[in-house]
Amino acid sequence: MRAGGAMLEDNFIIRGIEFKSRFWIGTGKYKDFEETARVIEASGADVVTVAVRRVNIIDRNSPNLLDFIDPGKYKILPNTAGCYNVEDAVRYSRLAREAGVSDMIKLEVIGDEKTLFPDTIGLLKATEILAKEGFIVFPYTNDDPIMAKRLEDAGAAAVMPLGAPIGSGLGIRNPYNLKIILESAKVPVIVDAGVGIASDAAVAMELGCDAVLINTAVAGAKEPVLMAEAIKYAVWAGRLAYKAGRIPKKLYATASSPIEGML
Amino acid sequence: MKIKINGEELRTDRRVLSELLEELNIQPGRVAVEVNLKIIRKADYDTHPIMEGDNIEIVNFVGGG
Repeated sequence: MRAGGAMLEDNFIIRGIEFKSRFWIGTGKYKDFEETARVIEASGADVVTVAVRRVNIIDRNSPNLLDFIDPGKYKILPNTAGCYNVEDAVRYSRLAREAGVSDMIKLEVIGDEKTLFPDTIGLLKATEILAKEGFIVFPYTNDDPIMAKRLEDAGAAAVMPLGAPIGSGLGIRNPYNLKIILESAKVPVIVDAGVGIASDAAVAMELGCDAVLINTAVAGAKEPVLMAEAIKYAVWAGRLAYKAGRIPKKLYATASSPIEGML
Repeated sequence: MKIKINGEELRTDRRVLSELLEELNIQPGRVAVEVNLKIIRKADYDTHPIMEGDNIEIVNFVGGG
């Protein structure tokens, strides 16, 4: 693989769907929909996540997100953010599917308001139910290799372990667990949550993750469009570095210049 | 008749779901509708009757991570 143009052809496939970018982006917390659209464009992402919420029936002329993100151009990945139990997560998933873009669902069953860590027991149950109903389930999970296997067995199309708590910007807190997940999982691994800045995304990709999903690191940056572009390059850099293969870490030095020919 | 939409009590004289959505200026293509906790398929919007006391939820996509 060559840098530059060839990087754009580094596609991957999940359940027959071809993904053209390894940088997946969230659409929450932007100033307005115009900024959201500019950020998505700069990110080069082709997957954008959205949430499912009540239509504003009071202000009936309020703009609609999908006026700014063309579902023909981008893959819309609805989430079940805000769901704290299996019933709600399944209900939101079914509504999302009916709202009509695809069978994909970024499944969240949240266990606790303060950490927003997943309730993995509920997550497993909801994954089972939705996979049986034909959903393409992307569960947001802990960086737990055993749970990743369980989710895979339950029919998850990929697993989305967190790097750190949602919106925390702490980066990849447990690269060793991610490495184990990557070694043991047969489904793609997409880091979801925790990335704070471009280099965090590069770390995830260098480990061998298939993609990263990022929202707050971009939306919360002083210049979201610039950060989207920075992370785009970091994801490419990390992916190329993974393909290139890192050198082993050693305690002592190895000279780069030859001894031969010295005076 | 009195119905509830997204938690708000409303009065309407529309008889079927598609007419109600039109009254609310909502494009059916971008929403999902639940009536009394049951999802209504888009193909049924034209025929699904609105009944007194219906509890209707209409959702769409908003920004999220």
